[in-house]
Amino acid sequence: MTIFEKSVTGRKAFRFPDTAIEKREFDIPNHLLRKKAPQLPELSEPDVVRHYTDLASKNYSVDKGFYPLGSCTMKYNPKINEYTAALRGFSQIHPYQPWEFTQGALQIIFELKEFLCEITGMDDMTLQPAAGAHGELTGMLIARAYHLSKGDFKRHIALVPDSAHGTNPASAAMAGFDVVELKSTEDGLIDLAELKKNLSDEVAVLMLTNPNTLGLFEKDITEIAKMVHDAGALLYYDGANLNAIMGRVRPGDMGFDIVHLNLHKTFSAPHGMGGPGSGPVGVKSFLAEFLPIPVIRKADDKYYPDFNLPKSIGRVRSFYGNFLVMVKAYTYILTMGRDGLTHASRMAVLNANYLRTLISRFLNIASPRTCMHEFVVDGSEFVRQTGVKVLDVAKRLLDYGVHAPTVYFPLIVHEAMMIEPTETESKDTLDMFSKILKQIVEEARTKPDIVKNAPYKTPVRRLDDVTATKKPVYRFKRQG
Amino acid sequence: MHPYIPHTDEEIQQMLHAIGVEHIDDLYKDVPITVKELKIPKGLDEFTVLSTLESIAQKNAVIEKKNIFMGAGIYSHYIPQVVESVSSRPEFVTAYTPYQAEVSQGTLQALFEYQTMICELTGMEVANSSMYDGASALAEAILMAHRINNKHKVLISQAVHPEYIQTSRTYTCAQKLSFQIVPLNGSGMTDTAVLKNSIDDDSCAVVIQYPNFFGIVEDLRAIKEVAKDLVFIVVAEPFALTVLEPPATFGADIVVGDGQPLGIPMSYGGPTVGFFATLEKHVRKMPGRLIGETTDVDGNKGYVMILQTREQHIRREKATSNICTNHALMAVRNAIFMGVLGPNGMKEVAYKSYSNAHYLAERIQQKGYKLIFDGPFFNEFAVRMTDDYDSKWRKIFQHGVLAPLPLGWYFNQYKDGALACATEVNTKESIDKFVELLGRDGI
Repeated sequence: MTIFEKSVTGRKAFRFPDTAIEKREFDIPNHLLRKKAPQLPELSEPDVVRHYTDLASKNYSVDKGFYPLGSCTMKYNPKINEYTAALRGFSQIHPYQPWEFTQGALQIIFELKEFLCEITGMDDMTLQPAAGAHGELTGMLIARAYHLSKGDFKRHIALVPDSAHGTNPASAAMAGFDVVELKSTEDGLIDLAELKKNLSDEVAVLMLTNPNTLGLFEKDITEIAKMVHDAGALLYYDGANLNAIMGRVRPGDMGFDIVHLNLHKTFSAPHGMGGPGSGPVGVKSFLAEFLPIPVIRKADDKYYPDFNLPKSIGRVRSFYGNFLVMVKAYTYILTMGRDGLTHASRMAVLNANYLRTLISRFLNIASPRTCMHEFVVDGSEFVRQTGVKVLDVAKRLLDYGVHAPTVYFPLIVHEAMMIEPTETESKDTLDMFSKILKQIVEEARTKPDIVKNAPYKTPVRRLDDVTATKKPVYRFKRQG
Repeated sequence: MHPYIPHTDEEIQQMLHAIGVEHIDDLYKDVPITVKELKIPKGLDEFTVLSTLESIAQKNAVIEKKNIFMGAGIYSHYIPQVVESVSSRPEFVTAYTPYQAEVSQGTLQALFEYQTMICELTGMEVANSSMYDGASALAEAILMAHRINNKHKVLISQAVHPEYIQTSRTYTCAQKLSFQIVPLNGSGMTDTAVLKNSIDDDSCAVVIQYPNFFGIVEDLRAIKEVAKDLVFIVVAEPFALTVLEPPATFGADIVVGDGQPLGIPMSYGGPTVGFFATLEKHVRKMPGRLIGETTDVDGNKGYVMILQTREQHIRREKATSNICTNHALMAVRNAIFMGVLGPNGMKEVAYKSYSNAHYLAERIQQKGYKLIFDGPFFNEFAVRMTDDYDSKWRKIFQHGVLAPLPLGWYFNQYKDGALACATEVNTKESIDKFVELLGRDGI
């Protein structure tokens, strides 16, 4: 039942204090005064609590169990991060307070920026973007501003591999580039001949994820960087997969000029049903003058926002960014330290390879190469043999109490299942997941209908999303 | 051993053995080593981390709510504990985008209800399930307007939040859109005569804030009469919408705004959430995720993401936006907050904010300061202070009061101006104290 159907006229969940200031009627022209009140629910406090507790019980979450969504890095979200972000000194401050009195907040932003620059090998960074895609847009606008500042107006192309996240081409297009899709090798790696063919004085940027979406490290990266730079273009790093390589190799050292990160993936901030995240963008020093305003700096032991960047691309949102998410990431980095971050990456890679080994015993893996923090199952043979779709397998997994991996991505693998266990999962969990998946594969061979009609044990069964889009119902409406 | 990483040495050995390698480094054969050791401190215990963070937090001055007289996009309202408690549930906090709808019904229904509430507030037909903030929501609205009519000139009121305008310029810089700022008349409303003269064949959209940045309630009817067929974009404040006629009544095509006032702490400006609402006829041009109602195979009601062919994961470079991760948790927080306050509580906040702001304005005027505009205002207003207001403002802060925003930051013509704000949390006593401070010698 929706919250609106639980509404009873006259109920209240909140009482206001009496005030000494007399209530006034609005001295506003009548045609601008609202005639019909918005139909918001009227509930008591217990009504509200029960409604949302009921909704919460219908959600799967990281706190509940294994959540191996590839490319999403669903690692455990430490509780202390939530506590520090809620400290009054962080949550109860106005962004326009005099900056002398928000030195703590500016310190967090500044030091987090320094940490992240060190981890990525970049020279400067903005923490303003609110999410990964927002960071991509910011990074691509920086690339555009850079070329234009040199009087180079010809570079209208962004090269994006066909294995890339969908946000890459979408962000490039928003930043005004014509997207040219780069066909990758079977492993989703850059085909050097293909790259060479496509590089020209019209290319502004090559966007790369490394490790790529198949979980493979681009081993020719140094050569790729050289080719791109020789052609006068920039190399962009999609940091969605940074969780594999911390403390070993840094994007900046590989030759990347612009990097975006996802604090809600690699740096343990929770995903919140799809946000808020935070998508910092790091650059090499020659691009620092294009960063969004304000840039947080430090002089004479004082932190301050610097608005004086004449070549800045401007703001990409209001205020300083998702500050409380930054507090969470900062807390995480202090907790983990250089040793912990490096260990996290190594265990993420170990987990992925271990699970890959287990699963390879009964399903095909898209690439024979050792993977990094994630890997992709190629389900095409399985689908051909059983008639059961990868989507069906995903739904059946839900019945066994685990979340499904990312399915049908990357696009270059048919019937793909992209699995990223992260470092916070134990061997027991991986053993259990593999066992469940094997059982489902077995079911698909012997009793395929069971899988095809899954799930059965979830709060609702399989939902009709075709009709939902054909005859959309966008909002609750009262009957009659 | 690390608290978040479960592997024992023995397990690591078992796993390596199963994989068929001897050492973890064998898994990194393709990966060069470019860094020996990161220049970051070693990991710390929770005691130390906590005390470090607490001491950093103490370097920020927390002003008591009743002593905050600044809004300008971030507002100090009371947030009931139940909102904090319910929205902190890990089932909401630690879930991701509802890719598997059958185990995400909590998220989906909560967002569906949120969409409904935004439709109710704005009067619009469709609302998406959130954008990052008000500024980026406006930028996306302008891009959407361009998709609707393929025209290029955006007429934007001078009384739209300056950071929203800056953000919109950044977002649209590669799309060959031009911005023309429409000045205000003496009432502090967007000048309709200038607006009328500025409209030409290539005009795409008109953008008005309601109430505007200076707190003045814009006459949307008068704007629409002039704007006619342009895409009409309204940036709105949610509490004001409980007492002001919704923008839909006046023919708005897109209504956006920031949901921070609805149960989100000031948080140094983020995270907040952007709301985004439009008409059904424009829905396929809309950015962001939409949740719709449907049924499962047994005929039970359920919710799913709909119209996904607009989005980047399917449409790639032809998508309506690049947005993927949005601000779902903050949107749900808005919904919980509205559920707690209800229509009457929301309206009460609006009344109290209005009454307090008008009392504040009277008291300030009694001190000899003049309001900059004579139009009707909601809970913010612009007042002429003195040329040294910025330094005065800093001094007042040291007395534990966050005084009105110095307008000189953003507007040369209002160098001596301040943008004051009151909400339901201010009291007669706190207002009187502030006004006394304002007139005190040496401040």
